Amino acid sequence: MPFEVLVALRFLREGRTQTLLILSGIGVGVGVIVFLSALISGLQASLIERTLGTQAHVVVRAPEDVVRPVTRPSSERAVAARLEQPAQRLRSIVAWPQTLELLRTLPGVRAAAPTAEGPAVAQRGLATRSISLRGVEPASFRLIIDMAPRMTDGEFQVDAAHAVLGVELAADLGLRRGDKVRIEAQGARSEVFVVAGLFDVGNKDLNERWVFVPLRSAQTLLDLSGGVSTIELKVDEIFSADRVASAVASRTGLEAESWMERNRQLLVGLRSQSASSWLIQLFVVIAVALGIASVLVVSVVQKSREIGILKAMGTRTAQVVRVFLVQGAVLGMVGSALGILLGSGLALFFARLATNPDGSPTFPVALTPSLFLGAAAVATLTGLVSAVAPAERAASLDPADVIRHG
Amino acid sequence: MADPLVLVDGVTKSFGREVVTEVLHGIDLELHAGEFTALVGPSGSGKSTLLNLLGLLDRPTSGRIVLGGRDTTGLDEGERTALRGRSLGFVFQFHHLLPAFTALENVMMPMLAARGREEPGMREKAFALLEEIGLADRASYGASKLSGGQQQRVAVARALVLDPPLVLADEPTGNLDTESGAQVFELLRRVSERHQTAFLVVTHDERIAARCDRVLTMVDGRVLSDERRTPA
Repeated sequence: MPFEVLVALRFLREGRTQTLLILSGIGVGVGVIVFLSALISGLQASLIERTLGTQAHVVVRAPEDVVRPVTRPSSERAVAARLEQPAQRLRSIVAWPQTLELLRTLPGVRAAAPTAEGPAVAQRGLATRSISLRGVEPASFRLIIDMAPRMTDGEFQVDAAHAVLGVELAADLGLRRGDKVRIEAQGARSEVFVVAGLFDVGNKDLNERWVFVPLRSAQTLLDLSGGVSTIELKVDEIFSADRVASAVASRTGLEAESWMERNRQLLVGLRSQSASSWLIQLFVVIAVALGIASVLVVSVVQKSREIGILKAMGTRTAQVVRVFLVQGAVLGMVGSALGILLGSGLALFFARLATNPDGSPTFPVALTPSLFLGAAAVATLTGLVSAVAPAERAASLDPADVIRHG
Repeated sequence: MADPLVLVDGVTKSFGREVVTEVLHGIDLELHAGEFTALVGPSGSGKSTLLNLLGLLDRPTSGRIVLGGRDTTGLDEGERTALRGRSLGFVFQFHHLLPAFTALENVMMPMLAARGREEPGMREKAFALLEEIGLADRASYGASKLSGGQQQRVAVARALVLDPPLVLADEPTGNLDTESGAQVFELLRRVSERHQTAFLVVTHDERIAARCDRVLTMVDGRVLSDERRTPA
């Protein structure tokens, strides 16, 4: 064992009570950091998961129609007093199969699925409800939104004869699995489907509006004749969605909207939450640092005689400095281990304290190795930094002075 | 005569900035290998100051100290520390062991500091010294568990562990009862002869001084007399 580590450990052992007290302090500090981080990360992950559970990461669609003046207006020649914006119609993405293949090869894109979406009406007997018709290829769509775990009755079977709809819509229309429903779109095109299953995506509005049918049926109903209105993408890293959307737009000339753009308010909320959490953690780190520094300063005063002897015996100043740096680092490391145990225990207890009706925890926590490593690294580094001033003080002790005064 | 182990040449030492007090006034001195020297004098005569200068714990205001043929005047702090570790052993009045370590570890400490970690043979060498001072059975005792006399004996072993040519002892028996003091002094003489180590012992005790090879008497920052004696 290196000399400095040996001396540092013995000094810590010698001041047992002091060491235990500061370890408890560091443990509580790191525990708060771990608990808070786990809770905030868990809540945010859960919120994002709930948000993205029913959304594609990036939605690509044809550019909207814009009215352009025939010539550029100039001071000599007025062209139009005002431009009338056209009503947006459902448009197909030009050459979508090639675009789909291109999108699938883009870096950061995990999956892509073509969809034909548009407004329609679901009808059963005299009851009608306006719906959002979603024509999908089940195999590719599953990679974007996995509906299987959200099915409350039946399965996500979408083929020429079958459709899948939300539990609220089914209740509104008095439909059950196996019943028939008529879907009518613009131009009085309509088709009858058997209800293969009912889903609950945790959002009443979507449960009332979404109806899944095969892509081909939607193309016919929405008069897209072989076209698709959107291509939905899933990306490897959810927070890269903005970047991927920009890349898609520049490569294809299509409109690409990321989930981050669609949920700007949510992101602002999450960032504010993270910022408050960081601020609290920063104050905890400062408190821990001051605690370690004060204990080590006291230790330098208490051990000045020993330090003087060590220096008189030929211990180099750098070695004395390292003795105290090691003490700081050891306090940080051991304290962080205690804190990780405490914080994890608290987080798990909290997670089990209350559950949602679906059995999921009300306070989901995210205890990850990176959180533990991060907490340990922060505590150790804090210990090390806090030990610098006491170490310098120890190094400046004059052995002659110390020995002279016994 | 062989080259002196220590040469003190016109050394002065002053303290204070605004009011300067000179406590050593031009000391000239030679110490030779294996010599057992007592440094006596009343309190405030400058004994401990001289000892600190010889121990490279302090720097002279003027003059030079040559240790083992090496002039220490221009050495930086790191070089002085290294030379101190290599060439000098210390025995303090208040034995100054490290209470967090065992007797054996205290003896090993200068070797650990010099080499940076424990190496083969260190433990055995420290244990042999403990055997030599009759404390082998106390090797694993914590320093604070030993009596005053035992602690001072461990401090002697620690001072010798790197085989320094010179050991500086500041009132090594001053804090002990008569019997323990006598035992420690006997030990110093014995190890000095066996290891051919020079000792400079600061003492107030006339009986101890009388049993040294040489007695330096300091008064008011000067060496008043330098007597070579045949030990009683």
